[in-house]
Amino acid sequence: MSTSTNSDGEQPRLAVTDLSKRFQMHVVDGREVVGLDSVEFDVAAGEFLAVVGESGSGKSSLLKCLHRTYEPTDGTIEYDTGDSVVDLATCNERTILSLRGTDVGYVSQFLREIPRVPAVDVVARPLRESGSSPEQARETARGLLERLQLPRELFDAYPATFSGGERQRVNFARGIAPRPRLLLLDEPTSALDPETREHALKLLRDYLGDDTAVVGVFHNHDVVERVADRVLTIDDARVVDVRPTGGEST
Amino acid sequence: MTFLDADGLTKVYGEGCSACLATTGPEYDRNRCPECDSVVACADVSFEVRDGEVLGIVGESGSGKSSVAEILALDADATAGTATIRGHGDVLDADYQRRREIRDEHLGMVHQHVHDGLNLSFTGGGNVAEKLLSAGWRHYGDIRSRVRGLFEETEVPVDRMDDSAETYSGGMQRRVQIAKAIANDPGLVVLDEPTTGLDVSVQARVLDTFRRLQREQDVATVVVSHDLSVVRLLADRVLVMRQGRIVEAGLTDRVMEDPHHEYTQTLINSII
Repeated sequence: MSTSTNSDGEQPRLAVTDLSKRFQMHVVDGREVVGLDSVEFDVAAGEFLAVVGESGSGKSSLLKCLHRTYEPTDGTIEYDTGDSVVDLATCNERTILSLRGTDVGYVSQFLREIPRVPAVDVVARPLRESGSSPEQARETARGLLERLQLPRELFDAYPATFSGGERQRVNFARGIAPRPRLLLLDEPTSALDPETREHALKLLRDYLGDDTAVVGVFHNHDVVERVADRVLTIDDARVVDVRPTGGEST
Repeated sequence: MTFLDADGLTKVYGEGCSACLATTGPEYDRNRCPECDSVVACADVSFEVRDGEVLGIVGESGSGKSSVAEILALDADATAGTATIRGHGDVLDADYQRRREIRDEHLGMVHQHVHDGLNLSFTGGGNVAEKLLSAGWRHYGDIRSRVRGLFEETEVPVDRMDDSAETYSGGMQRRVQIAKAIANDPGLVVLDEPTTGLDVSVQARVLDTFRRLQREQDVATVVVSHDLSVVRLLADRVLVMRQGRIVEAGLTDRVMEDPHHEYTQTLINSII
């Protein structure tokens, strides 16, 4: 995987500038809560940026702003589609919806799906919706679930009854299935045992190839050092450090 | 491409007066005009729905969401506003004949109350066949095989086709309504409280069936529900209504996780 390319003048896959998010809580007398404060960074094609920080520091808020699940209050999020550069912070909602189908993937900590849909179909759905035949989509879905060591007898069962780790594998497989160009991961392996986590991380590399830009929130220090090219540290809604993995702070 | 462009939909029950719109709405916390006592069911409701897109409309009872659904389904006249359907102009302005034609051929409606959607003394198959007949289908064998195909798609047991619809379970009746709604490949489907009154175990299957068909057929959809989880699972974008007005609109996940309006925040915080 490459490192950031801003210095040599190439357009990064993702360039975040002065990104802030403030919440106005009407329920508590209009109190304002700062989620993110003037965050800046960029991510190159093929680069893996890990985001670390304590609980409540703003890691998930950052991912949600990039996904537009939170509407940024200020700043720009420039995403390079290959044809043009789109500001994910301000572009219209239809653009966001179409990018989510094809370009931008998001793996949350928790699986949210229509109940009573078999695991394999949960994973196959984004592939079907982006044009694969039902058979092809299920085939790919089975392959991914196999690589994540989900027991075969669960493929056609409903995820609602799965354990936390099993559900997380379904969620993970679904998120990477369409091979997004920008993948946002919010602690996607938090409920996995070390061995399964290894499989998940290896699959990430093998399946996505070397073009996908990844922004991933992880708690585990070893994971960060192994998978990430650079590490962004957030504290109290601000970026306090960006450094390459294995290196010293800058 | 935009299939439906609704602009300024307004429905006033009563005589109406010049003060109605200016004295009602969320900021006054009322929908009854203090001057003339008319009820403003909805006012200035504008939105667009594209092919393949699902728009959710949420709100409490009395928010005006069902009035919007009735107007779109051409079941109720609007006091003001236009609903432009691609290729057909403003359908609210159409004469009786034209409205019937549009309703038969280009719109599908799934009603909350089964009596509004199905004739229970007919067979299930007959209910769907009626919709095909109204769009000009005539050949018995063609109709029969189309109804059979629709039953399969909506997962209603085909061997119950010739039983009277009143013998069907609530979930089956809802599915027959879906079969009927999509029978003529409409450009727009309106779902009014699609899961209300169904067992929890049946709700999920009905939603999944509808979502699959909706995606396969790329049909523009408006889903009206008081149930935020239903809207969350189906809708790409959502409108939040209160006292007849839109108070917030946006991507469904954004509205649910980052609600801006005070009312939406209260609504989200009220989810059990």
